[in-house]
Amino acid sequence: MKFSNQFWKEKLKEALVEPLGREIDIFETEINLRRQGKVEERVFAETRLRRGVYGQRYDNGNRHDGKAIKVLEFPSGSATKGPNTLWDAPGMQRIKVPYGGLNASQLEVMAQLAEEYSDGVVHITTRQDFQLHYVHIDDTPSLMRRLAAVGITTREACGNSVRNVTACPYAGVCPDEVFDVTPYARALSNFLLGHPDCQNFGRKFKPAFSGCKQHACGLTSMHDIGAIAMTRRQGDKEIRGFEFYVGGGLGAVPYQAKLFEEFLPVDELLPTTQAIARVFARLGEKKNRNRARSKFLVDDLGIEKFKALVLEERGELDQDPRCLQLLREAESCHEEPLKSAGDFPGKGSRRFQEWLKTNIRRQKQPGYVVATVTLPLGDISANQLRSLADIVRSYTRETVRTTVEQNFVIRWVSQSDLPKLYQALEVACLAEPGAGNIIDIVACPGTDTCKLGISSSRGLGAELRSRLTTKSLELDAAIQALHIKVSGCFNSCGQHHVADLGFYGVSRKVGGYAVPHFQVVLGGQWTQNAKAYGLPIVAIPSKNIPDVVSRLAECYVNDRLRGESFQDFIGRSGKVKVRKLLEDLIRVPAYDVNPLYFSDWGDPREYSISDIGKGECAGEVVSAVEFDLASAERQVFEAQVLAEEGKIQAAGETAYNGMLYAAKGLIRLEVVDITDDQDEIMSQFRTKYYDTQKFFDPFAGGKFANYLFAAHRRSNEGYTLDSSRRLIEEAQLFIEASHSCYNRIAPRVAKS
Amino acid sequence: MELQHINVKLHLKNSGVADLEPLISVFHDWVKEQSCEEILIDVADYRHVPGGPGIILIGHEADFSLDEGDRHLGVRYNRKAPLPGSNQSRFRQALKAALETCNKLEADPRLSGNLNLECQDIELFINDRLLAPNDPSTHHLVIPEIQQFYDDLFGKKNYLINHQEDPRKLFSVLVHLFQPINRANLLKKFAAS
Repeated sequence: MKFSNQFWKEKLKEALVEPLGREIDIFETEINLRRQGKVEERVFAETRLRRGVYGQRYDNGNRHDGKAIKVLEFPSGSATKGPNTLWDAPGMQRIKVPYGGLNASQLEVMAQLAEEYSDGVVHITTRQDFQLHYVHIDDTPSLMRRLAAVGITTREACGNSVRNVTACPYAGVCPDEVFDVTPYARALSNFLLGHPDCQNFGRKFKPAFSGCKQHACGLTSMHDIGAIAMTRRQGDKEIRGFEFYVGGGLGAVPYQAKLFEEFLPVDELLPTTQAIARVFARLGEKKNRNRARSKFLVDDLGIEKFKALVLEERGELDQDPRCLQLLREAESCHEEPLKSAGDFPGKGSRRFQEWLKTNIRRQKQPGYVVATVTLPLGDISANQLRSLADIVRSYTRETVRTTVEQNFVIRWVSQSDLPKLYQALEVACLAEPGAGNIIDIVACPGTDTCKLGISSSRGLGAELRSRLTTKSLELDAAIQALHIKVSGCFNSCGQHHVADLGFYGVSRKVGGYAVPHFQVVLGGQWTQNAKAYGLPIVAIPSKNIPDVVSRLAECYVNDRLRGESFQDFIGRSGKVKVRKLLEDLIRVPAYDVNPLYFSDWGDPREYSISDIGKGECAGEVVSAVEFDLASAERQVFEAQVLAEEGKIQAAGETAYNGMLYAAKGLIRLEVVDITDDQDEIMSQFRTKYYDTQKFFDPFAGGKFANYLFAAHRRSNEGYTLDSSRRLIEEAQLFIEASHSCYNRIAPRVAKS
Repeated sequence: MELQHINVKLHLKNSGVADLEPLISVFHDWVKEQSCEEILIDVADYRHVPGGPGIILIGHEADFSLDEGDRHLGVRYNRKAPLPGSNQSRFRQALKAALETCNKLEADPRLSGNLNLECQDIELFINDRLLAPNDPSTHHLVIPEIQQFYDDLFGKKNYLINHQEDPRKLFSVLVHLFQPINRANLLKKFAAS
């Protein structure tokens, strides 16, 4: 959409390091091919998801206006960017931020992108990512180039891939940590990004790191892999490693991660994860999307069998020099303070004192603190991001991170700078107290923008925050310390399972009308890396949820035993008693008595879920072979462009590469580890597909395979205008034949 | 120099005191009725972001909002889709759309007494840093064009113009009129041109 989209590539050509620049060029070509109908919409959907380009509510063109479904008539008509996803419909761009670590320049670019491509706001997710909403797909290559120019990729931010590697935002400065997990989160993130063994998953895969067992910050128990820092003595040396967990996950049915290894040495982290990825890719469910996360595989096999398979796979892995290289590189990076250590301030306004109490956490390095910048509902404006960039430059060496509670933390603040830091944050409206307490409510996007949202999680979050803020100072300390988390549906993006008071959106029919509700989930344990999940108690109409909060809070304050946690209080009270306490709040008055119950928080339309879409969280099941074939087609397309530009040699080479991609894709069905070596590809293709006649066309026999062999033989001879044109034609035919072959022999699961 | 993605924000006089909640219903109705030239898609409520974009009516070709950016409440038109024609015609299109938005808001009884839509300050942004980086070269090239636009509309001596200089922000100029805008007259002028 942006007029300048045509210029950014040229403008940033010096700033883009490879492979980021090349990857974005490829994605842009894929967009063009989809626009021309040359890529299947299902393949393109997964392709864009793996670039973080996600769908958004109403992107099927249907929107309920409170009375009826209305069709949104976009200029591109019925053109699609995925199944039931219209081209022109705005979407969401997710941006990966490994372990939440950023610098000031990156914050500034994020602000620019929010203004120019989105709605002026950046949203922080519960997995330390950024999200921009209402983004047009045509703008995404420019947006990605601008991110890449400051070292950020959106690759594998969505889709069936390894998602953002999260880590405790206090890593490196927390007094309770065993050691700083940052280098290991960074190394794993770099190692798995685009790794061939992670391209064929049935669902997403989420890693997390924590520096200790007791705090919540890493949430390792609810991740596909969770690594908790540990040390062991070996002789007179202290060895670093991890208590290593697998198979955790939230979603509709949450699973606690299982202990895989009591002590996994740090040097084993990367290869063991690679082996896990291989087992997950090989044995994980691909047909039934509802059972495709690793938690089901681990559960089905049992942890012992799963572990045995992983160790077997690990034993077969060749030593990859990248593993130790990435670890040692990451370990050599250290954060430093900008200012000298200082004393903690003694005086200040009441609000400043309150902010010190809730938003400041002492570091293990004496004289330094971490300051939390609380963001209502995880949102921050472009102007605020620029102010934050100025602030982190002024007081630190740009040591800022995002958190899973949708906030920022500024690390390495000298204690003596706290009054000035507070003032600067206050000017930017970023000095809200209450970090990590009951008003610091976490909410996923819900019905605001998510295709799967059932109830307005952000609307409820805003309402609760507004009500609780006005009386937060009067609240009992035990109430202030509670966590509220809201999801718009059962998929748990708001992490409601691990809150004291969790809510997830559901719908109920009352008197012929749909009524927004929230299921109340109580007693989840946030600490000890999300040790226990809450239990659903009862569904309550949305408009009564604030009463649920105040009633439960009051009951807890009045009836708790000395020192009893909310979780223990709920456990002791029992489900029946708690439900009884909320019984009268279940009732919905008749529509003509109180129509407010029939619309959701922050949305005056009469409530309906009839415009709910098909979620893209699960991505599309597209095998690695299909990706290879799509890449092959793109290469032939690029070869045509090069030929048109008179770049004959490059055109020939690119067409030949396209053939190699297609051949490699087919070989991958039988030889998972096929390399990029051309002779190896030829040899394997001949053995597996030519000699067996599997590739043979029913009419043309081995003709198209011979195009490949001939192209390989001539690949060192150089290309003329005629030979490159001919090769492009032959490459196209070879790829068509590869598709046909794949359709004939592919396992049903890959095509379902 | 081709300028696209023109934004116009009409600064309202009751900055900071308005209750924006009724606007959510108003904008939802606009989506329902598709009451603008642009395709209207959804409503985004950012009242919880201080000094943020307020409440936005998301459209395909443009967004409309009661924007609270830089602590000034204003009616903002954010043109997203490129437009043909000259820079002058694009300035005109954006200002006209912002004025018409004010008229529509004024006509809605749900907002009466809540919003004072009187305006004497017009902020014009170029929402594209590649086309118009906020630097002296853009200033040199664009300010005369913008002055020409305002001269034609208001007369040379009837306003002050200020350029916002933070290079990180969007290129923008704020025009302070010596008299409040007469929306009806301006729209008539646009209709006649």
